[in-house]
Amino acid sequence: MARVELKQITKSFGILKAVHESDVVFEEGSFTTLLGPSGCGKTTILRMVSGLERPTGGDILIGGKRINDVPIHKRNLGLVFQNYALFPHRTIAENIAFGLKYRGVNKADAAQKVTEALDIVRLPGVEDRYPSQLSGGQQQRIAMARAIVIEPDVLLLDEPLSALDANLREEMRVELKSIQHRIGVTTIFVTHDQSEALAMSDKIIVMSDGRVEQVGAPAEVYNNPASVFVANFLGASNIVDVDVKGRGADTVTLDVPHFGAITLHADRATNLGDATRGKLVMRAEKLHLADGASPEGTVSTRGVVEAVDYQGQLARYFVRIGETRFQAMNMIDGVPFAEGAEVSVVLNPDDCSVLANEA
Amino acid sequence: MSAWAFIRFYTILVYTFMFAPIAVVLLLAFNNSQFGGFPIDGLSLRWFAELFENEAIMRAFRTSFILGLMTAAVATTVGILAALALVRYQFRGKDWVTTFLISPVLVPETVLAVGLLIFLRWLHMPRSFTLLLLGHSIIALPFVVLVVQARLVGIRREYEEAARSLGASPVQTFFSVTFPLLLPAIFAGALFAFTISFDNITATIFWRPSGMETVPTQIFGMLRHSVSPEINALGFVMICITVGVPLLAGGLARYFSRRKV
Ligand SMILES: Nc1ncnc2c1ncn2[C@@H]1O[C@H](COP(=O)(O)OP(=O)(O)OP(=O)(O)O)[C@@H](O)[C@H]1O
Ligand SMILES: [Mg+2]
Repeated sequence: MARVELKQITKSFGILKAVHESDVVFEEGSFTTLLGPSGCGKTTILRMVSGLERPTGGDILIGGKRINDVPIHKRNLGLVFQNYALFPHRTIAENIAFGLKYRGVNKADAAQKVTEALDIVRLPGVEDRYPSQLSGGQQQRIAMARAIVIEPDVLLLDEPLSALDANLREEMRVELKSIQHRIGVTTIFVTHDQSEALAMSDKIIVMSDGRVEQVGAPAEVYNNPASVFVANFLGASNIVDVDVKGRGADTVTLDVPHFGAITLHADRATNLGDATRGKLVMRAEKLHLADGASPEGTVSTRGVVEAVDYQGQLARYFVRIGETRFQAMNMIDGVPFAEGAEVSVVLNPDDCSVLANEA
Repeated sequence: MSAWAFIRFYTILVYTFMFAPIAVVLLLAFNNSQFGGFPIDGLSLRWFAELFENEAIMRAFRTSFILGLMTAAVATTVGILAALALVRYQFRGKDWVTTFLISPVLVPETVLAVGLLIFLRWLHMPRSFTLLLLGHSIIALPFVVLVVQARLVGIRREYEEAARSLGASPVQTFFSVTFPLLLPAIFAGALFAFTISFDNITATIFWRPSGMETVPTQIFGMLRHSVSPEINALGFVMICITVGVPLLAGGLARYFSRRKV
């Protein structure tokens, strides 16, 4: 177990700069997720921590020690790949015991540890099988067992769930998180799936184009995105330009087109600074459509449903308000609204956050 | 006659033309008569017996065998290393190196043979067994490189990266992961190298030191005097080796791969 720190780390591939000067900290024992779209540099950061890639600049510290020049096989890290990379020519027991051999563990102890590791990943009794005789989810567990049995200082997971089908993926993410919780190893998890990141992480690092966009707990990143990019990447958001009308002791009052004046708690305006104009972020799942007149005491306006994307218990509505198209994700209560329906759109100010206008 | 019948007839004719001489050799090897020819007047193994008593032929066999094994060893070792470099590492001039390694297949063997001889003359080195080994290795190398390379491309890098992350040094990683996964290709490459060396004649004639004979040059030499029935027996043995060894190896490889997984 150890804290991992990246200081002013950069990586270039020829003329392409995959990672721009970034400072990142992975706290001891925490589960931290690198989240971002394809090609934003997540894997590159993970590979630099693991030693598979040399940073172009900056330092990597594990447990306070600079390890830039330590080769990968001396770093004591557990690595889990998207395709598991179990050795096809070795049995499950041999796969799991592979790392123990280089740590001078004798045969009897190794067998004992293999059994324990298989218990941890809840797949006992498969010691003598070959990887090709296991299902994808089972191979995933073995890959996990192989990585944790060496008691690594840091566990590195690169999209370990993306090769699994949807149901298994949700099951495995609970499983993975609980294994990590039990052994308490510092974990760096890479994904481009926002729901995975929100569900599993202690801390999320949102990246875009080789830069860190925001760092924070899942709720923080979700509720209070630091940029338009983050707001759009974590779920669908409606973003509108707003004027700042006034500021109270710990409130900010904004003039929102169509909806009128709303007052936010200052917590939700930390990214606004002293600006007089800003962007209001309204989460699609926080805009509520209602039949008939707007309920009393709410901030609301009227709109027309333009399109409905039916998703079972949920529906995504595209609603036209004036010249603007808004998205609203609502639970379906009875019958979903039909296209062309006139609805009132209700906004709860406590669910919004506001950003400064980006230059 | 319909077009299909014609094609069938023509195909049979072509194959007959190609395989009939081989069949003749195989049959005559068992002919009792002193003068090779049909009809066969009695089966016997006497030509095989004479073969084994012919000191020159047995010497040629030993030479060919040792040369083949050593060529396989050299070409396979160099071939594995070359394929590793070409597939796993980035360096400048890689395309040139690839072309250079493969070129012995493209250059006519006579040109290659004369070229190497002139080069050695220039270095004031005499023809020797080492030269022969070197030459055969050069001729066999492209096949080993191509076979091993093809397999290596198919072995995902993550296996090696996983091994490294678990604590194996680069060399340990090679022997515990890369090598076992490459084994079928290495085996096939070595076999190629052996057979290529074993039945090479053109280049061998140029390179062999005087007095040294391999099986093909020995046959060639014997043919210049007369077609002795011994040659038919020798041909039979050669065919058995060059066809049988790869078949046997293929069978073994399939047996092992089935047992493994
Ligand atoms: N070995 C390499 N050589 C050249 N460019 C590379 C190399 N590895 C990565 N890149 C480039 O660096 C950028 C970041 O790649 P990286 O693999 O880190 O993205 P990622 O965030 O992991 O994306 P994904 O979600 O698709 O895995 C990409 O533009 C990629 O093309
Ligand atoms: Mg990636």
